[in-house]
Amino acid sequence: MAGEATKQLTTKELWAGKRSPFSISYGKMMMWFFLISDALTFTGFLSALAFMRVYFADVWPITENIFYHFPLVHHTELPLLYVAFMTFILIISSVTMVLAVEAGHRMDKNGVTKWLFLTVIGGAVFLGSQAWEWSTFIEGSHHGAYDMGDGTMGRILNVEGAFEYDGTTYEGTVVQLRNGEIASPELTADLKSNARIVHGANLVENEYGLPLYADFFFFITGFHGTHVLSGVIINFLILLRVRKGEFEKTGHYEMVEKVGLYWHFIDLVWVFVFTFFYLV
Amino acid sequence: MSSTAHAADHHADDHHHETFISKYVFSQDHKMIAKQFLVTGMFMATIGMLMSTLFRIQIAWPGEGFAIVNFFLGDKWAPEGIMDPNMYLALGTIHGTIMVFFLLTAGLSGTFANLLIPYQIGARDMASGFMNMLSYWLFALSSVIMIASLFVETGPASAGWTVYPPLSALPQAMPGSGLGMTLWLVSMTLFIASSMIGGLNYIVTIVNLRTKGMSMTRLPLSIWALLVTAILGLLSFPVLLSACLLLLFDRSFGTSFYLSDIFIAGEALDYNGGSPILFEHLFWFLGHPEVYIILLPALGLTSEIIATNSRKPIFGYKAMIGSILAIAFLSFIVWGHHMFLTGMDPFLGSVFTFTTLLIAIPSAVKVFNYLTTLYKANIQFTPAMMFSLGMVSTFISGGLTGIILADAALDITVHDTYFVVAHFHIVMGFSAVNAMFAGVYHWFPKMYGRMMNQKLGIIHFWATLVSGYGVFFPMHFLGLAGVPRRYYTNSEFPLFDTFIDMNVLMTVFAILAALAQFIFFFNFFYSMKRGPKAPQNPWRSNTLEWTTPVEHIHGNWPGDLPVVHRWPYDYSKPGKAEDFVPQIVPLEDGEVDGEH
Repeated sequence: MAGEATKQLTTKELWAGKRSPFSISYGKMMMWFFLISDALTFTGFLSALAFMRVYFADVWPITENIFYHFPLVHHTELPLLYVAFMTFILIISSVTMVLAVEAGHRMDKNGVTKWLFLTVIGGAVFLGSQAWEWSTFIEGSHHGAYDMGDGTMGRILNVEGAFEYDGTTYEGTVVQLRNGEIASPELTADLKSNARIVHGANLVENEYGLPLYADFFFFITGFHGTHVLSGVIINFLILLRVRKGEFEKTGHYEMVEKVGLYWHFIDLVWVFVFTFFYLV
Repeated sequence: MSSTAHAADHHADDHHHETFISKYVFSQDHKMIAKQFLVTGMFMATIGMLMSTLFRIQIAWPGEGFAIVNFFLGDKWAPEGIMDPNMYLALGTIHGTIMVFFLLTAGLSGTFANLLIPYQIGARDMASGFMNMLSYWLFALSSVIMIASLFVETGPASAGWTVYPPLSALPQAMPGSGLGMTLWLVSMTLFIASSMIGGLNYIVTIVNLRTKGMSMTRLPLSIWALLVTAILGLLSFPVLLSACLLLLFDRSFGTSFYLSDIFIAGEALDYNGGSPILFEHLFWFLGHPEVYIILLPALGLTSEIIATNSRKPIFGYKAMIGSILAIAFLSFIVWGHHMFLTGMDPFLGSVFTFTTLLIAIPSAVKVFNYLTTLYKANIQFTPAMMFSLGMVSTFISGGLTGIILADAALDITVHDTYFVVAHFHIVMGFSAVNAMFAGVYHWFPKMYGRMMNQKLGIIHFWATLVSGYGVFFPMHFLGLAGVPRRYYTNSEFPLFDTFIDMNVLMTVFAILAALAQFIFFFNFFYSMKRGPKAPQNPWRSNTLEWTTPVEHIHGNWPGDLPVVHRWPYDYSKPGKAEDFVPQIVPLEDGEVDGEH
């Protein structure tokens, strides 16, 4: 069906029965509809995120103040750089997937193998990066943060000795508020005696601000990560079938196209997650 | 996967040996799967119906003991025959869940989509027989889990079929919020998976596997309705899945998506930040399209049956398709009308009022098209036709109260009263049940190769219609008087004492309605074995399914697939010898196809 020239047919002929009006197999069409449906699941989560962000606009944590770590780099804040790297990797893996599909069209078994393998690697690197990002978030900052009692947190920059920040030198405990200002000595003293210190983030607590932020972070990136994981596994299984020469026997690499659609979808969803969770 | 596609084309030729398991249990044949859905749906409906009878007894005679209540619920939940309040809430919850999802979503769509799609479009089978089988078995599994939840120690889910948090989110909130609620969520997750897999199959089959000549404007309206229903399900069920997953996290992992500051028995719980309103938004984004997932197949089946039994072309075929599409589109932008009293901005409320009232237009188009089809028609009063007419009746009477409820200002008075219960039971429940009976009576010969008893069918119809209206019509008055729904008893409020007689009347009708269904069950199972053999085309219908052999064969048609030459509604066409012209009859010279 795929090779049929469709341009010469009118819409009426395309829809007149006994053929696929879109000239695609039912399996590929099913994949398309499944992706639409899956997109709606993500839309549900992202809408929930939007709902809460608007609801808690005043106290919603600022993402640049949370994700500034980079592996092997200390004492320097690189906001969102690592997640940008992860995004780049995922987009590149979509490119290798396109090349795998293209090689499939040429019935080039070695080409498919090479590019599909690279796609699997790209997905695995993304997953590993996500694991690192999660563990950094769970571990939290060095000193933790004070629970300010109003839904925000005061980040503890220093606990003893001199500390220089923004051209001013402070002594002892230094607490940075959500708006970036340093807490007054009175407030700091009050926090030291009354406030609770939170270390890191999990589903119940979050040293960077609202626990809800951590809830959404773990849930949405986790749900996406589960998709990536399943994508990597499926790609790997298809890779084994390519190696066995199964698709040379059937005469087409449509299966690679189908998993390719899924992989691009995962990539596209990540772009939305990245935009709505990290950038906005 | 592609191998099954090719296999589907060659089904007609192979006669491989079938075991009992592959024929009746793990069947991949659309006809068998349709019957599996039907029988499972009927089984679930019987349980749902029994539950409604039990809680109607409690509403009519609060505090009085009944041996029958004790018989079904046991000493724990009905000591001395008096229903426990928690069990009352649980019965309402599970009754709603079973009727909405298991009977009217899976039972109705599952049965008729599987039966009619390949038959009426001229296909050998569904695109993927395996996924079709998977869809049924996930549904069966979710049914088993739902039934299992009735037997857990703390009782089944009790937060209402809409499972609003915090009742559903806090395991300690009430007995039914424990294991019962967890099983409810597990069951519904499987149910969603089943309906998504089924829906994918329906859509792809209709788009890709229509036979030669079966263009979209030659599809029977039943197929149009099932196609749009599947699309609705595909777009709305995933959002319910999102809502359920977030709820699961709140229940099990301490997150606070739906929970703000909460106190139980004076003790503050460790939750903050969430909002239960979020769940309502997500739930009703599914919940409203769900109403049309139930109703559109009902409208599609009745369109088909009314045209056939009126011996007239359906009036306004293209307007019917247009109104199906319009209803489907509008159903996604009206969910707020379930939430007028959640502190919604009044301006937003008026927007939802407007979009909701817009639905009245395509709905009215459908009703008037039914009436104009019936006008001066040569009506055949078969049981299927009677039930279809019943469906038109309930669709009108329930639709009218919908206009009242759509209005935010009026809704404030009647929200959460029996008025709402009356409205949705008539317009959604009763209509869809009528259509489902119509469908069973009409296509029984196609399913089982035998005829059902017509006289019993007519008796069943009148008993159902009268007792159904007997239950739900008085509810309007209760609701307008302010009687709240879902209360275990209203006897604590002297204000409502005047209505106790009406409640007794409604309960008597509810019991009669339940008993009336045994006429149907007898007719169904007796005819399955002993009914007279069905003729080739008992209703003298135009659609393709009546050109297949009465005895089921794999691939549906021996030899080549039929070729379609005309639309399906050429009834009483001038100049024809018979009052019907099947779709496979070629057009004569100069004959015009379609509605004119």
